[in-house]
Amino acid sequence: MEIVDFLHYEFIRRALITGSFIALVCSLLGVLLVLRRFSLIGDGLAHVTFGSVAIGLLLKQHPVYVSIPIVMLSSLGILKLTEKARLYGDAAIGIVSSIGIAGGILIASIAGGFNVDLFSYLFGNILSISKAEVFTSMVLSLVVLLIISLFYKEHFSTTFDEEFAKVSGINTKKINSILVLLTGITVVLAMRVVGIMLTSALLILPAVTALQIARSFKNTMVISSIIAVSAVIIGIYISFAMNLPTGATIVITNFIFFITAFLYRNVF
Amino acid sequence: MSVNILSVEGLSFRYNSLEVLSNISFSINAGDYIGLVGPNGSGKTTLIRIILGLMKPNKGNISLFGVEPWKFKDCYRIGYLPQRTQFNPYFPAIVKEIVSSGLFSKRRFYKIPDKPEEAMIEEAMRLMDVLDIRNKLIGDLSGGQQQRVLVARAIVNEPELLILDEPTTALDPETRERFFHILQELNQNKKVTIILVTHDIASIGKYASRLLYLDKKIVFYGSFEDFCSSVDMGSYFGEFAQHLICHRHD
Repeated sequence: MEIVDFLHYEFIRRALITGSFIALVCSLLGVLLVLRRFSLIGDGLAHVTFGSVAIGLLLKQHPVYVSIPIVMLSSLGILKLTEKARLYGDAAIGIVSSIGIAGGILIASIAGGFNVDLFSYLFGNILSISKAEVFTSMVLSLVVLLIISLFYKEHFSTTFDEEFAKVSGINTKKINSILVLLTGITVVLAMRVVGIMLTSALLILPAVTALQIARSFKNTMVISSIIAVSAVIIGIYISFAMNLPTGATIVITNFIFFITAFLYRNVF
Repeated sequence: MSVNILSVEGLSFRYNSLEVLSNISFSINAGDYIGLVGPNGSGKTTLIRIILGLMKPNKGNISLFGVEPWKFKDCYRIGYLPQRTQFNPYFPAIVKEIVSSGLFSKRRFYKIPDKPEEAMIEEAMRLMDVLDIRNKLIGDLSGGQQQRVLVARAIVNEPELLILDEPTTALDPETRERFFHILQELNQNKKVTIILVTHDIASIGKYASRLLYLDKKIVFYGSFEDFCSSVDMGSYFGEFAQHLICHRHD
């Protein structure tokens, strides 16, 4: 199939625009999360999204709009558990994530009737995204990008050396809260691209690929962004041309980028 | 008249039921070079963290540039080198990015460094002899080079007070001596007040204007010469140990 034919379809154009914006945001946050060894928060919050989507469907409200505040609160919950309950990040993520899944299953079981809808969110379908969702995703992605840019120096300093950052006058608690809140918004948006099950891949894979070959922090951010957006474009094209599930194809494309970068670094 | 930079009075700190610092009192004036020494678990790092406003004491008063450390806002006046274990050595940042991050305390929002700031970054890298490796990743450097990069980050703001927590732990003796020499130049030529935490009394004794020996309480506070001639220190360490510390470099 020619690229021009591929772009002829409006649903493809919507998917490309939305997917690229969300991938860009995921790739930047992913670098910060991976370097802080907090990357599994994406997985944990995605599981919370399962529960919040169930609530949205139960209340007959759009699951994305219901999920954003719930997942943002959960992200803060993970942070507070880590800070206050003397838990390591992975244990805090495990608690919040399992509550999300259990809540989703209970709501689905009690309410009944929307299991098909709920399970469709597990695997995502970016090709069926609506105009309103494109708009929401673009606006929220731009907000997240703006906030990351405004606090770039604080994020760099806090990620590299939190104690030094505190002494430099940076409010690291605020920066950590901003990071997890932005991750919460992004995870909800990413759910439409690759589905709940694969959201963390969009956060982790571009970042770890960039870390294989990057030659500076700024360079890591740029490479991670290019890889993430390229994987979305290539993944959507391949999935459409070969009639494959889009989310899974995007993730596998990201993984191929990672293997290539890994081999480039270790073999050449 | 000397300007007081740090004043500590009757400071105590407990962690749960464990007493970490007891009734600590001392003061530091502008231009001093203090060697903060003591055995493991003696409370050196806790004292530094209290001075920096990262922890609050249970008792006592502390004043940094005339303000309680946790209310202190002029962070650019302080340069800090944390212990080596505080950062990820595989972090994908180059030397220049790390040194530049030391300027962040001076401003609230991100912007590309202007010409005077670029000059400050270059001067800090030149002083620490890391200018030639400015584009290298921190993880690709030796322990000594990494330490010099972190000191460059600490001094890029041209701070009045430089606090270094065990900066020489991973350095070989030759690099360690060179490192002490650079700090001495900063103290004498740039008039930077220094507090350096170390286990190595003999090495720091040659350079510091005063030693503060801590073991939960202040055991000694004075010059290296006074330390070496002190009968009390002879009894505390044993005369043979005191002799070894004081004459290691003879």
